[in-house]
Amino acid sequence: MIIKVLGSGCTNCQNLEKATREALAQLGLHATVEHVTDPADIASYGVMRTPGLVVDEEVVLSGRVPTASSVRELLAARIG
Amino acid sequence: MSLLERVPETRRGRWLVLTAAAVVGLALYELNEHLWDWVLYDGLGLDPSGRATETIHFFLYDTIKITLLLVLIIFAVTFLRSYMSVERTRAMLGGRREGVGNVMAAGLGVVTPFCSCSAVPAFIGFVAAGVPIGVTLSFLIASPMVNEIAIGMLLTLFGVKITALYVSTGVLIAIVAGWILGRMGVEKWVEPFVFETKLRGKAIDPAEGLTFDDRVAMGVEEVGTILRKIWSYLLVGIGLGAVIHGWVPTEFFTTYAGPGSTFGVLVAVGIGIPLYSNAAGIMPLVQALYERGLPMGTLLAFMMAVVALSLPEMILLRRVLKPQLLAAYVAVVATGIVAVGYLFNAVLAT
Repeated sequence: MIIKVLGSGCTNCQNLEKATREALAQLGLHATVEHVTDPADIASYGVMRTPGLVVDEEVVLSGRVPTASSVRELLAARIG
Repeated sequence: MSLLERVPETRRGRWLVLTAAAVVGLALYELNEHLWDWVLYDGLGLDPSGRATETIHFFLYDTIKITLLLVLIIFAVTFLRSYMSVERTRAMLGGRREGVGNVMAAGLGVVTPFCSCSAVPAFIGFVAAGVPIGVTLSFLIASPMVNEIAIGMLLTLFGVKITALYVSTGVLIAIVAGWILGRMGVEKWVEPFVFETKLRGKAIDPAEGLTFDDRVAMGVEEVGTILRKIWSYLLVGIGLGAVIHGWVPTEFFTTYAGPGSTFGVLVAVGIGIPLYSNAAGIMPLVQALYERGLPMGTLLAFMMAVVALSLPEMILLRRVLKPQLLAAYVAVVATGIVAVGYLFNAVLAT
């Protein structure tokens, strides 16, 4: 699983990364977490309000920082 | 840890905490002035007419008052705005012609939840979806200038008339500035990669699929996020306001920058452009300056210049706009703000 955090390095994006790592740890999942900071790249995902979360090249969340538990639900839904 | 994780998980628990917070906040707001009178004058025995005491009193009183107002405003606005999203705004603007498009973009800029830290991906996203450059710029100008905090604070501190003037002229500047920039044929001054960006996949709409509780939770979360982000600006603003309140003589500004002053607005906008703060930080300063006789038009122009044009945002926008367009952007918006300042001074003086 490849997870990308979209955002220009603002506090929100760091919080999202933290929540994502927490969620991964809780689920016992291993995934690569990358940061995408290039605005053109971010925009190409269709995200216009950072931060955004991309799982395996699909945007699952944008425009807000979720709690670790809601990221956990999102990821759990992805692995089915 | 986020603010939301500190409150109970159950629905009932959350509503209890929210209600308790509202009651405590309201009580504090009502008692605020008496509280500091009592602490400073009765408790510490300070002289109420002393300048230092006045400054301290203003600082403590305003810090509590403005923080409480902000909590309420941010919560209410985030809740309401959770029904809107940048994605929806873009869908509404896609394929619009200039003119109507500028008007819609400026109006939507006011109600769409948006942070200028996302200005670059939003700019690219709008242009890639076929929204004309000038229309996109109308949105980007209106969004920070006529924002929820500015409206809420103006409404509570200065009343409906001033707020209505601020909002309507702010939107007007965004419409006209975006339209003029669009007419200038500025496509050649946009970095080429913007036009080459292809959107892959479909955008998800953050406003969709939220429950009422989700929206309330977002409001609570946003209060924490914004206060953490702006508290330093807020304290500096209130501090400056307090010093002006205590130490600057009433006639000082009336003499040098009264309503009849020729350069007052120009100077205010010149100072305001490079300054970076936000509506919340600037409001206590504006309030203190107003008490000391600075005319409202000059102050509103100052406020618009501070929130609409800032160095950090220009640096961000430089990623997508060439220096020529950036300069034109600043020049057109600044001219609009100066014009509004003089207009306000003329209208409000009569």
